[in-house]
Order: sequence, then structure tokens, then C-alpha cells
Amino acid sequence: MSFLKSLPSRSLILFCILVGLGFAMPTWGVFLVTIAFAKGLVALGNVAMMRGGLVSFGQGLYYCTGAYVAGFMAIHLGFSDIFLLCLAGVFVSTIVGAILGPILSTYRGIFFAMLSLAVSMILYGALSKATALGSTDGLTLPGPTFLGFAPEGRALSLHLYIFTVTLVVAAGTLMRMLFDSERGLITLAIKDNELRVEYLGASVRATMSVNFVIAAALGGLGGVIAGLAIGHVDPEYAYWTTSGEFVFVAILAGHFSVGAIFIASVILELVRSFSSLYFPNTWQLALGLFLLLVILLLPDGLGSLMKRWSRATAAFTKKRI
Amino acid sequence: MTAVALQVDDLHKRFDAVTAAEGISVTVPEGVVWSLIGSNGAGKTTFVNMVTGYIKPDRGRIQFHGSDITALTPREITRLGMRRSFQIPQLCAELTVLENMLVSCAINQDRKPSFWHPATSKDDVDKAMEILARFRIAESSNHRMAELSGGARKLLDIAMALYGNPKVMLLDEPTSGVAAEEKFPIMDRVMEALSKENVTTLFVEHDMDIVTRYSDRVLAFYDGRIIANDSPDEVLGDEDVQRYVTGTVT
Amino acid sequence: MDLLAVILVDGLIYGAWLFIVSVGLTLVFGVLNVLNIAHGSLYAIGAYTTASAVGLYFAQGGDSFPLGSYAVMVLAAAVVAVVVGPILERGLLRYFYGRGEVVIVLVTYGVFLILEDVMKLVWGVDPYFVSQPYALLGNIEFGPLIYVAYDFLVIAMAIAVGLLVWFVLNRTRKGKIVLAVIHDREMSETMGVNVRRVFVVSFSAGVFLAALGGAITAPMISVTPGLGVSVIITAFAVVIIGGLGSIEGAAIGAVLVGIARAASVHLMPEAELFIIYLVMAVVLLFRPEGLFQKIQARKI
Repeated sequence: MSFLKSLPSRSLILFCILVGLGFAMPTWGVFLVTIAFAKGLVALGNVAMMRGGLVSFGQGLYYCTGAYVAGFMAIHLGFSDIFLLCLAGVFVSTIVGAILGPILSTYRGIFFAMLSLAVSMILYGALSKATALGSTDGLTLPGPTFLGFAPEGRALSLHLYIFTVTLVVAAGTLMRMLFDSERGLITLAIKDNELRVEYLGASVRATMSVNFVIAAALGGLGGVIAGLAIGHVDPEYAYWTTSGEFVFVAILAGHFSVGAIFIASVILELVRSFSSLYFPNTWQLALGLFLLLVILLLPDGLGSLMKRWSRATAAFTKKRI
Repeated sequence: MTAVALQVDDLHKRFDAVTAAEGISVTVPEGVVWSLIGSNGAGKTTFVNMVTGYIKPDRGRIQFHGSDITALTPREITRLGMRRSFQIPQLCAELTVLENMLVSCAINQDRKPSFWHPATSKDDVDKAMEILARFRIAESSNHRMAELSGGARKLLDIAMALYGNPKVMLLDEPTSGVAAEEKFPIMDRVMEALSKENVTTLFVEHDMDIVTRYSDRVLAFYDGRIIANDSPDEVLGDEDVQRYVTGTVT
Repeated sequence: MDLLAVILVDGLIYGAWLFIVSVGLTLVFGVLNVLNIAHGSLYAIGAYTTASAVGLYFAQGGDSFPLGSYAVMVLAAAVVAVVVGPILERGLLRYFYGRGEVVIVLVTYGVFLILEDVMKLVWGVDPYFVSQPYALLGNIEFGPLIYVAYDFLVIAMAIAVGLLVWFVLNRTRKGKIVLAVIHDREMSETMGVNVRRVFVVSFSAGVFLAALGGAITAPMISVTPGLGVSVIITAFAVVIIGGLGSIEGAAIGAVLVGIARAASVHLMPEAELFIIYLVMAVVLLFRPEGLFQKIQARKI
């Protein structure tokens, strides 16, 4: 029984369920979940930093970087293999994060949020005027190939979906382990009392820089996949409202459950798709109200609901034994 | 000839118009238990803040077991073996007592904090619970800061600082905000734990009963200077101390 | 020499506009500790209300006294402030005080999302044009260059607003009470200040200034949905550069950014869209809390 409870086995079961769902869903559903999961990866990076008390309004920087690296490589260098594109996107984003991390990690609160926003907007501004990269029109990406195999239509959607699901389950599992680890607990302590953590002998800057770089890598990965799934990248990927969406998902999910992040991302995509179809002038209104309700009633996000539920079930099963 | 744990030479510090330290010099031998007294604003906490690296002195030198630590950060000084507790307990409000202790354990263990080893593994939890038990706050292990009494918060604050075998321990008002009947029991537990490891201890206190009962020597502060440095009876009998600190001169 | 003069004039015009648009944001933060993302939406509501009001004015025979449209613009901003200010502050924001700066930012982000659609529902998605006030004062010639006189009215307005805010805060009794609340809210409360009233009034003043920014901008552009979205972050940048809560900082930040952008437009157009964020990043690197930092009290 305890084998089934362990994290790796839970992840494996989840993976199988998600793959099965992919075959059962219509193509638009597969597409929607793929995008939602890609954006969920970026939000996962946000959560990693929020656990340390930093809210980044600039994850769009890495999302955009990853997407443009993939676009550039696909169009100007002719590479179409998805593994290669992901590696390249993550690599460049991680470098950018490694450079910015130590600088930005010394800032807190509003100033960190604004500085991260500023850097992302600088990329937005630069790309909007970069004619070699399509300026505000951006780049149109060809469909990716999978180790030589070049699917099309629904097969392409499914391939991309399964690839994304694999990445999400893997990243989610690793991040869950990180959150539960010693470093994860220290990160939570930093959010509450940085001074104490320094006085205990740990470097707040070093710990948060690591979280920062991880978030950058996740952002880049999400960007590559989103770019390939949507088939188009433009400077909007780095606009502050895009970063705002990742923050929205992170707040909605809370920091207790990794799964809640991807559920929240799917909810957001569903609301957006249906609303822009049927209520184009009120979907932002709905999102805004939803956000206010969550902040008011569920300050720890949806994940806290899941935490309460699992605590209650544990207490219940304990009683039974 | 015992080694010198802490050597402070000619410390000066001004905050605009306020002189917090003027020519503070003191030699603290290893293994002693001394107390620092003085009225509010006399410079005791500034002294502790400078010695632990939170504030940089304008002039002067601080040496810890022979090495110059004047320019070091609190983190570096902690790693060298000098720890402190706080006047207002510095705890992590959203974490439980056990988790607070686990943070201290994770940071101060022999290896660097791990990226994957669970923070709540059985070994780590046992170790943390053992320390909590030594300070007799183990029953509150699942509580958060808001649910603890002032005394329990102080004890946790000190327990967290104590983990990892410090060589010097600075306690900033360990019994302030603690109910009168809890003061002696708390100091007993703390001093017991510290004397076991032969830790050089300096504590700031306002309660003269605590001062006389637990310290070998007393440093009296006034207006940024040390005006007395002697045994408790001598210091508390000193006229200047009575005038400026204890307020008992007739 | 000519180019320098052009950059200076352009910079001052843009800086004046920036100041009016940003000063309300910094005031609200200084008094209530609220960083209002919806500030841009309030600016947009000001623009839309002005567009409607001025349109109505001229439709009802305002052509006989066209200068009156300026009064209509200010009035429109005042109406927005009086209506929206108390509803937002008393009806929503106050339930989230004490939950930390970041939570309030997220709340105002929610308000921004809501207001964006409210504007679409009230005014529709088609653009509004009310250009009469803009053309009313004619043009001014600076050598070979022709400037619209209205732009200099904006400069005059910015100076007036700056002086007014300074005067009210520093020379009136009510203003000094507001300053006291900015410095120490708890202490003011214990001294008997009605902090709740100070909050509502200050927030509404901030709304007025945001709406005023929108009001004076409306004649210069076509008022469309999404107007406030880029204004928010521009205002943020100015306020961060100047230091949150500092009126003088907002003025200096506005002039700095104005001139930087004007220089960029004339000398390096590729940087035009991001120069403001570059300036902000550089300022923050050297002064982590902006040019005019708040004094920090001792923590331990």
C-alpha cells in the first residue's frame, strides 16, 4: 500500500491517466491542455519563487526567450527536432536567469516585482523593433519533429501533448521533491523571516538565486512548447500582462500543491477560450472577480483545499485503523 | 591562561545625534557567563548588533577567537561559531515549532542543505524533537508562533540559535516578555544547555535577580560607554550604576 | 544645439504628461500603502468620461464657448473621482488592508481586469474622437518647428498640479494631517486622526489625478479599449524611479524619463519602447528604493 503512496508511483499513475485522456479528448481539447500545461510550467517557476516571498511580474522574459530561441532555430537554422529546440530554449533562458538572478535576488517586494517587470518589458521593446525577428508580427513556427518523425494534424497534436505531459509530470515530480527538501523548507523560512535565516548561517541570496534560475529554466521550457503548439511567437510573450497571467495562476493555485498549478492553468485556458467565444467583453471581468474571490476566501489558493482534503482523509484513515 | 573568546577594542558608533557606542573595549574569556545591563538607549543592543555583524562600527575592532570579524556579515559570523537570540523572538510565523527547528538543523548540519533529501525525514525530525524536548517545548511541536506563550517563543528562539555547537552565545533579553513565574525555569533550562557545551555566554538583562543569579560578571552600560566591569555585587553596589542603571541611589 | 533644444522641449512636454499621470499613483501609495495597478484603468475611465462629456458639451451648443470644454474636462475627472474613489476604497480595498503590500497589488490587478471590461460594456469598443480642445489653442512656432499650443497647456497644468499638491500637503492643516498619516499611520490614529477619512479622501484625490491625466489626454488621441494598459507600467516606472510615496520624486522621475524618451526618439529610435524601463533598472541598481527613499526604522 505504501508503494502506491510514494511520489514516483503517484506520478507514474498520473502520467498514464493524462496520456489516456489525450486519446479520449477532441483535438481542440488536446491543444488547450497542451498550452495550459506549457503555461503551467512557467507558473510553477513563479510558485518556486513565491515560496521564498518573491512575486515576479517578469517571467514573460524567459517564456519569450524560450519561444524566440525555438523560433529562430527552426526558421533561420532549420532545426525542427523538439528535443533540440527545448534544450536550446532552456539553455539560453537558464543563462539569462543565471546572470540576472544574483542581481535581482537582492530586491524585495514591490521593487523585485517592478524590476523583473522592467527587464521583461525591455525585451518586449527590443523585440518589437527588431525587424530581423519579425518586429511586432513575430515569427511563424513550423511544426516540430520528434527524433526524425514528422507527424501532422491530430497526430502532431497528440505527439506534442504526450511530450508536454511527460515534461510536466517529470518537472512537477522534481519540483515537489525540491519543495519538500531541506532547501525547500529553508525557502519557506526565508519568506517569513529572512533575517533569521541569515543569522542561522544560510545565504538568502544564494538560495533565492537558485530558485530564480530554476524558474528561468521552467519559463524557457514553457515558452518553447507554447510557441510550437501555437505555431507563432511575438513580442507579446514578454508583455507584462502575459507575466500577469502566470502570477494569476500561481496565486490561484497556491504553493501547497504542484498539481493545483496545472489544474489552475487549465481552468484559466478554459475560461479564456469559452469566454472569448461567447462573452468577448466580459471574460476579463469574470477573471477579475474570480481572482478577488480567491484572494478573499482562499488566501492560500486552490492547493490549500487539496491540502485540507488530504489531511482530512489521513485523519479519517488513521481513525479507522 | 584561558583563551579569549571575544576581544572588543575601542568601538565607536553614532546614529546622527545619538552616541550608541564610545570607546567600548572588553576582553571576554572562554567559557564565562557575563551579563550586560543598562537602561534603554545605553547601547547594549547596539553592542550585540555590532558584535554579530548587523551594524558596522564607525571605528574599532572586534575579534572572535583571534580572528578579526569587524567587517563580516551576520551569516559569516554565525558560521564561525557566534550565535545570538533576539529581544523580540525572530521566528518563522507560518512554520510550526518543529519546522522552525528543522530549518536550523538543516542549515547547521555537517553537510550543505540538500535539494532532494526531505526536510521531514525521520532522522531529522527525531533530532529536532530531541532538542525541543531538552528545552521542554516538545509538546508544542505542531503549533505556530501565534499559539505560543512568550516564554515558549523565547525558548524556541534560543534553541534554534543553539543548534550546531556555537562557541559564543549572545542572548538579548532572554526573559523579557516572559511571565514572572516562568523567568527562572527558562533561564535554568537555557543555562543548563549552555553550560553542558561550555559555551561562552553574554546576556542582556533588565531583571537584576536574573543578573545576580546567573552571571559571573556584569558589564554596565551608560550613554554608549561601559561604566562598570566587575562581579554582580560590586557592580550593583557601584554608585554610578545605581544612579544611571538600577535607579536605587538615595 | 537645435537638436538639444528640441529634445528638451519634447522631453518637458512628455515629462509634464507623465507627472500628471503618475503623481496620483505615488500619493495613494504614500498614504495607503497601496500600489494601485488599476490606476491605468482609472486614467482610461477619465479619458472615456471626458470624451463623452466634451462630446455632449459641443453637441449641446458648446461651440459658442469652446474654452468651456477645458472646464468640462476637469469636471469630468472630478466626477470620476467622487463616484469611483469611495466605491473602490471603502467598498473593496479596505477589506484587504493588513494583508501585506503584495496582496493589495493582486487585488488591484483584479480590479484592473474588471474595470477593463466595465469600460467596454459602458462605452463599447469603437473609438471616441474629441479633438476640438486639442486644436483650440492653435499652434506655436519655435523656429522651423511647429508645436501644438495645447502641449504647453499640459506643462502649465503639470506645474499647477505639482504646486497644488505641494501646497495642500505642506501648507494646509488637512494636508499636514495627511503627511502625518504618511509618516506613521498608527501614531496618527492614536493622536485622534480620522485615518479612515484620510484614506478615502486621499484615494479619491489619487483617482482624480489619474482621471485628470486621462482627461487631458483624450483630445490628443482616439480613446479605445486597452488605453490604460501601457499607461500603468509607464506610471509605475516613473513612481519607482522617484521613490514610492514621494511627490518630488515623481516630478523628477517624470522629467528624467521624459527627456530620456525624447532623446531616444531623436537619437536611437530602436530604444524608444523600452528606454523607460532601462532608466528604471539603472536607477534601481544604484538606489534600490528609488531616488527619494523612505527612512527605515530599526528592525531588531
